[in-house]
Amino acid sequence: METNDSAGKETLDPDLILSCENVRKNYGGTAALRGVRLRIRRGDIHALVGENGAGKSTLMNILVGLVQPDGGEIFFDGKPYAVANPFQAINSGIAMIHQELNTEPYLSVAESIFLNREDTFPGTPFLNKKETNERAKRILTKFGIDLNPKIHMEQLTLAQMQMVEIIKAVSTDAKLVIMDEPTSSLDSEETKRLFETIADLRSHGVSVIYISHRIEEIFSICDSYSIFRDGESVATGAIKETTKDELISKMVGRKVDKIFPKADIEIGETLFVAENLSGRGFQDISFDVRAGEILGVAGLVGSGRSETMQAIFGMDPLEKGKMYLEGKEIRPKDVKAAQRAGIAMVNENRKEYGLCLFRSIRENISLASLSERYRGPFINQTREKDECRQIAKRLNIKMSNLETEAFALSGGNQQKVVVAKWLMDRPKLLILDEPTRGVDVGAKAEIHSLMGTFAASGMAIIMISSELPEVMGMSDRILVYHEGRVHHTVTREQILSGEENEETILAKQFGR
Amino acid sequence: MEKTGKLAHLLKMDQQEFNLFMKRYGIGLVMFGMFIILSIASPRFLTVNNLTNVLTTVSLNGILAMGMVFVITAEGIDLSIGSMLALGSVTIGLVLNATGSIFLAAVASIVVCAIFGFINGYMVGKFNMFPFVVTLASMLVIRGVAYVLSGGYSFALANPDFAQIGLGQLFGVIPFPVILLLLVTLIAYVLLHNTKYGRYVYAVGGNIRAARASGVNVMWTRVGTFVISGITAGTAAIIMTARIYAAQPNIGTGYEIDAIAACVIGGTSFSGGISTIPGTFIGVIIIGLIFNGMNLLGISSYWQIIMKGLLIVGAVLLDKMINQNRG
Repeated sequence: METNDSAGKETLDPDLILSCENVRKNYGGTAALRGVRLRIRRGDIHALVGENGAGKSTLMNILVGLVQPDGGEIFFDGKPYAVANPFQAINSGIAMIHQELNTEPYLSVAESIFLNREDTFPGTPFLNKKETNERAKRILTKFGIDLNPKIHMEQLTLAQMQMVEIIKAVSTDAKLVIMDEPTSSLDSEETKRLFETIADLRSHGVSVIYISHRIEEIFSICDSYSIFRDGESVATGAIKETTKDELISKMVGRKVDKIFPKADIEIGETLFVAENLSGRGFQDISFDVRAGEILGVAGLVGSGRSETMQAIFGMDPLEKGKMYLEGKEIRPKDVKAAQRAGIAMVNENRKEYGLCLFRSIRENISLASLSERYRGPFINQTREKDECRQIAKRLNIKMSNLETEAFALSGGNQQKVVVAKWLMDRPKLLILDEPTRGVDVGAKAEIHSLMGTFAASGMAIIMISSELPEVMGMSDRILVYHEGRVHHTVTREQILSGEENEETILAKQFGR
Repeated sequence: MEKTGKLAHLLKMDQQEFNLFMKRYGIGLVMFGMFIILSIASPRFLTVNNLTNVLTTVSLNGILAMGMVFVITAEGIDLSIGSMLALGSVTIGLVLNATGSIFLAAVASIVVCAIFGFINGYMVGKFNMFPFVVTLASMLVIRGVAYVLSGGYSFALANPDFAQIGLGQLFGVIPFPVILLLLVTLIAYVLLHNTKYGRYVYAVGGNIRAARASGVNVMWTRVGTFVISGITAGTAAIIMTARIYAAQPNIGTGYEIDAIAACVIGGTSFSGGISTIPGTFIGVIIIGLIFNGMNLLGISSYWQIIMKGLLIVGAVLLDKMINQNRG
């Protein structure tokens, strides 16, 4: 598998279906891919692993034409490969099954498979539905899938929809199928069926790039692997020749070039207690957080971290459990009630849940705290402007004018606007979900130092982050989530003493 | 874009400031242009009499538009206001003829329309139904109720003083309908631009999920916009009934179109979250000027309809071009 670097394009290995060499991609100032290599052999099921943000998705988006690379070379099936959109990618023979399936709910299975490639009666524009159904049946049978091609997609289970997507991919004669976390919403029986289908693909000569966080699965189905870390490819090889622990340890080991300004703050009384919280995506979560403390929450995306916090904040229903704030039991039924109790939450998705993009910075900052700050129905606009200007200055929001639309700001400044909004509400417990995602390095450091200031003022802070160095650098304690539960707890002392490190925490995230 | 760049330079603004300026006042420039053209084209245009006439003509549509702008800003639409005019009119007739009280009749019209507005809003806010479908249905229901209550016939009003609402003038110059329009506009301005409620309307229309995640009561904010639209329809019904001096179940057809047109010409975005009351007022005036100007110039009313349609498309196109950098 490992060939030396001089093996260039002239002596392209005919065994390779895909070879990406030195592919680079920058988003603004941040490098998502710093010259990665990825080589996939024909008929191989190739695992692509790495932490969130390692560059896996960026490379896959390049392969399916959603993103254009800044540099590097890609060869597919022996020819140079460059596509401008997913349609071209499918025509070239690369298909992707996205984690979030995009299906047409009211089309039949057969219509979905052959969408845009319908059978017509020869020489007429009229659809030959019988032929389409029969073709669909043949290909479904070929891969051992027992589905009626006439039923609607909305009648299928998620696993069945995924099968249909896979069949759709192979029916276009795809030579390479990319699967992004295909088992994330399947139960174990469905996963088994999926693996059988994947094995069938291999026997038909189709190659698969299999992206997954589940190490066990990778060992049960994949032939080879590549590991990405911080936009670089760090290792590749055959699954047979590695171990689970080796794989995990290669995923971390990132250069420690980021210094986190964790201030030493005196930790006060217990402020918030959660007891046995359960809801959609999380079970039996118990923890407490003290005034002045920063509680880090680590775990893979989808492990129930955000779901727990959204339930605490009244955005999602809580099925079981009790919460206490300053000793009093609370049970917020909506965001307003959580706010009144003294909880604020900066959502991980600031464009969807944080900002009204086309309204001014001023209106965005004051939105959450209007009812607390102004009595009666009117807004004192002079006071509002003053207060917003003060807080914008305190958070160092770079803007030309308070009346500028939030849309015009950079990611870091948008994030500060959302933080400002909740700060105006003077919360006792501030929950930050991925507070520095998509934020440049400078703004990131500012947000970190602000967190210290908030904690020093007696606030309790919960910070969810997918970036381990950030969680480890900023937190007094860390909850490590795995599949909806708190799997492990780490203290700052354990980190400082070296007893716990990135490797051990990452292993816990994977349930080891 | 290059042209606007030059114009921006001329006005000593950077591109961003200029875009904001154009977005707020671009349509005002159109109105100003129409004023100049009409003043030159017709000597009768720029007279107190004619301008008062324009305002009186637009007062009905203006009042309706002031309610409609709330609904559209919260990403809704209200098709039922034309039918509400009819139901309001019938209500006025029944109450006035039964009690003889102008005050009671006027209040009854507003209350009845507000109740139907509430029902519209509740369907939209509580059950998350499409505003277009809900108000399309209530448009039929309300019209039907107006016919049922009146037996299908228009009937005369028993109190001749009621006509004064349509005919009367303050200080012998300003007609009552104009005063009512200005009053409604003022209230709408304060409500939308200076109160918490107005801010919530913008937030709900701008990004409903962010509004909810900020603790805004999304449901009641949306219900409120439809109630406001009902109240303005009930108010407009008073003027309309006074003007024709009869209770009629068949009036008001198509009035929702002009109200929506005024909002759109005035810069209200159909995707919600963007609007201003001054802009909407300018939209109302522009529609009035098309009507008035073409009458003065002796152009047939059929052309007025075409102009109105073109202007709606033109206004939206202008907005898209100014904001094309948003992608």
